Amino acid sequence: MIALHELTLREAAARVRRREISATELTRAALARITAVEPGLGAFLTVCEPEALAAAAATDRALAAGADPGPLAGVPIALKDNICTAGVRTTAGSRILERFVPAYDATVAARLRAAGAIFVGKCNCDEFAMGSSTENSALGVTRNPWDPERVPGGSSGGSAAAVAARECYAALGTDTGGSIRLPAGFCGVVGLKPTYGRVSRWGVIAYASSLDQVGPITRNVADAALVLAAIAGHDPRDATSAPRPLPPLDDLAAGVGGLRLGLPREYFVEGMQPAVDAAVRAAVRVLEGLGAAVEPVSLPHTEYAVATYYLIATAEASSNLARYDGVRYGLRAPAASLGEMYEATRAAGFGAEVKRRIMLGTYALSKGYYDAWYVKAQQVRTLIRHDFDAVFARCDALVTPVAPTTAFRRGERTADPLTMYLSDIFTISVNLAGLPALVLPCGVDGGGLPIGLQVIGRPFDEATVLRAAAAYEHATDWHAPRPPI
Amino acid sequence: MEAVIGLEVHAELLTRSKIFCGCSAAFGAPPDTNVCPVCLGMPGVLPVLNRRVVEFAIRAGLATHCRIAPRSVFARKNYFYPDLPKGYQISMYELPLCTGGHLDVLVDGVARRIGLTRIHMEEDTGKSVHDADDGGSLVDFNRSGVPLLEIVSEPDLRTPAEAGVYLRTLRSILQYLEICDGNMEEGSFRCDANVSVRPRGETAFGVKVEVKNMNSFRAVEKALAFEIARQNEAVAAGERLRQETRLWDADREETRSMRAKEHADDYRYFPEPDLAPLVVDPAWVEEVRATMPELPGPRRERFERSYGLSSYDADVLTQRKDVADYFEAGVQAGAAPKEMANWTATEVLRLVREEKLDAALVIRDWPITAAQVASLARLVQAGTITRSTAKGLLPRLRGTGRDPAELVASEGLAQVSDRGALERAVAEALAANPAQVAEYRAGKEKVLGFLVGQVMRASGGKANPQLVQELLRAALAEEAP
Amino acid sequence: MAITHEEVRRVAALARLRLAPEEIERLAADLSHILDAFTRLQTLDTTGIAPTAHAEDVVLPLRPDEVVNPPADEALLAGAPDRRERRFRVPRIIE
Ligand SMILES: [Mg+2]
Ligand SMILES: [Zn+2]
Repeated sequence: MIALHELTLREAAARVRRREISATELTRAALARITAVEPGLGAFLTVCEPEALAAAAATDRALAAGADPGPLAGVPIALKDNICTAGVRTTAGSRILERFVPAYDATVAARLRAAGAIFVGKCNCDEFAMGSSTENSALGVTRNPWDPERVPGGSSGGSAAAVAARECYAALGTDTGGSIRLPAGFCGVVGLKPTYGRVSRWGVIAYASSLDQVGPITRNVADAALVLAAIAGHDPRDATSAPRPLPPLDDLAAGVGGLRLGLPREYFVEGMQPAVDAAVRAAVRVLEGLGAAVEPVSLPHTEYAVATYYLIATAEASSNLARYDGVRYGLRAPAASLGEMYEATRAAGFGAEVKRRIMLGTYALSKGYYDAWYVKAQQVRTLIRHDFDAVFARCDALVTPVAPTTAFRRGERTADPLTMYLSDIFTISVNLAGLPALVLPCGVDGGGLPIGLQVIGRPFDEATVLRAAAAYEHATDWHAPRPPI
Repeated sequence: MEAVIGLEVHAELLTRSKIFCGCSAAFGAPPDTNVCPVCLGMPGVLPVLNRRVVEFAIRAGLATHCRIAPRSVFARKNYFYPDLPKGYQISMYELPLCTGGHLDVLVDGVARRIGLTRIHMEEDTGKSVHDADDGGSLVDFNRSGVPLLEIVSEPDLRTPAEAGVYLRTLRSILQYLEICDGNMEEGSFRCDANVSVRPRGETAFGVKVEVKNMNSFRAVEKALAFEIARQNEAVAAGERLRQETRLWDADREETRSMRAKEHADDYRYFPEPDLAPLVVDPAWVEEVRATMPELPGPRRERFERSYGLSSYDADVLTQRKDVADYFEAGVQAGAAPKEMANWTATEVLRLVREEKLDAALVIRDWPITAAQVASLARLVQAGTITRSTAKGLLPRLRGTGRDPAELVASEGLAQVSDRGALERAVAEALAANPAQVAEYRAGKEKVLGFLVGQVMRASGGKANPQLVQELLRAALAEEAP
Repeated sequence: MAITHEEVRRVAALARLRLAPEEIERLAADLSHILDAFTRLQTLDTTGIAPTAHAEDVVLPLRPDEVVNPPADEALLAGAPDRRERRFRVPRIIE
């Protein structure tokens, strides 16, 4: 018999609904798995055992009473620790929020609860989601389940590692420049960054407000669709959430026949790991074999994306992180004067990368530099959007690698921030343009590390992205291998 | 030398809820009760704009002849202060909602047009107080997120008096629009000033000094007068003025330099990513325009024109919309405009001031109704009662809703104009005061007043004074030797 | 693109970050290095290109003017580092 933690989310949910297993059994199994693998993994910052068991018991009572406890009833799910959960500490991986307990749920948390999901814990991440390896967390180390010496990717590294290591059936991540997709790719799972505006940001600790988006990390495409359906949709508390409903996602099996897929030449670069190039090209041939029409396309401003992204994201971040001042919540360093309180609190509360980004963003917005850096970046952002508009006039979706390499070693890119920033080279344009994109496994390199395939769609066309990904997943077995942990 | 003054007003809007969250915007709640994660700037929270704030801003813009931008943009103003929960204030910067308006003001009877640069919406901050226990400061966030209009004038003002008139006119307009209660002491109508001096005839501006912390109209006028004098003296002494911010000290009646904060003026404005551009449909603007009340300026002119009131009376009566409405209700009820104007401007406004009824934005419970006052005015006009009887009746009408005509009838207060009765009273008065009669006849005509008073007193104030006078003169002349 | 120590100190003051001397050193080097790489943006002619501040073209939604929040309960204030009853306490604000 298959171990409970090996079930897919869909299967697990179905069994609970059929009352073949109880929510409590499923939750206990997940907690047991967490206890077993966490010492060597470090995906969680907080495990919510009593809360999870209480929620599972409530679900079981509801089921026994014949109530409908929702499509995700009884399914253990984890949340990245920058998503606020009422009564459960939410740290964003930062010292400054190490003891912060929100009085409120993020909309995505509330929606998952309403769908019946059981929260088993909060996952590690780069501090304030700033990073590509989860090495910037101030509160813990997360390892890649495929190789403990390697990073899980970031910033949602804990979420991806937890899902890959079967500690939960799905996890939410956030993606500002690739923070769902890169770790999903590095950990060999599925990660979906929805269209900007598709999912509410209310209660999600902001890094860069015009780029942040919440999305699911799961073990397969169908599960990602299921979680997306639970969290998506207009939220009156988020003025940037789109007032349009998510179309039904029930034709995932419709195939890619007749779909026009673009292959942007700028995403196949010099210096890319050969195994990655080969695996992605092979995946493209599979899609062609399934009936998709593939054509080369160009996104000419791609080479400006990293600079554009890091200027805009850090400018917004410098402002978003101003609220951590030691006045109303969070860390306060001892200080005799007000000025000292601010400076000592923020010096003690923020890590090196967060300070670097606050400095870069403050600089870009400051007198004399605003036009040359910030406005310039916003203009180039327009050009990058136009690149996508032009390509999507001809194509239904784009296919690219998620990163030039597979998971790198811990410490390998921490010396030079720019090298780390370049890890996002294939993911950040999507955020600048606000597009949906999904990453799924499409191979392994010589060391057995997963390779991720990225499918990018038109705004609000998650359906096509999911359909193409599901077709690929159905035709291949790359989602099947389990990490050794 | 001449002074160049520009004013920046922050007006708190009378909405039910705050600008970006569903907390109450009411004044006076216990500390930190009208707060939520949004207005406390907690992690992950987002602003959602209150529709009525936009509507109020459009009203203010239309009343001051501004252009209402079809597309305007909220921006973040970044600075650290304990009462600013997010470390930035959501305001508007490059693309405000209202631009290019003006305000017509009457300074000593002379009309002046003061340009308005812009009006924009923003959120208020919390409020800090000194902690008496240990020298720290305490912050209450009830006010955090209360909607504000920032109204910026052109540097068109030249004297403290002009500035005072501008502020009173602006406040009167906001009160007419029922969007701000205009209470300077409570801080719902705040004013900062930019002041510089330059030789008369010069067109370039001098060094600009910002003056803050003025909590009344008087304070604004005094602070400006002080600051202008200070700058003039400095210039005369050949000193260089510094561009700085100074605080008005109401106790010492002087402005003093605020400790200059390093880099404090780099607010790093950028478009608020949590709020898309605000799009205001022209149809919405027209809808708001259709509900605009007649404003104090045009109303004052109409009062002069249609009712023949003096410019002074018209001004007094139109400063508050409720008072102007009261006056017109009395005229509608049949009072002669001048008579009603007198009653309203003197007796009624005295009561309003004494009882601080003007603390309310709109007086709804008048102690005496306009209909009662109109009725009194009519009784005096018709000669039915004397003015002094009418004044005496006023306090007795309070809160009764009684028609004074009925009171006059039931208590026999009508003026006595019966010739026979008055002739008898005159004869009695002459008989009782032979000395005064003799004086009068000796040419001391002033004594007539005394004799009139005697007759009036005897009649309990009800005698028709003109008739008494006439009869006295006749009687005194008749019996002359 | 050399960012001086003075520049780092100016920006740190705006951001209210206290930096140790070695942090100033490091940040001056890092920011110079990063901005050097970013100068490629300056080679692009963006004359007449409208800036993008928002990823999507949504109209700003407006909320009805209704009080929907109950008075704040203790949970909202419980995380305050220093309080006097319901108010938040900070070192003396001097103007
Ligand atoms: Mg302002
Ligand atoms: Zn609030």
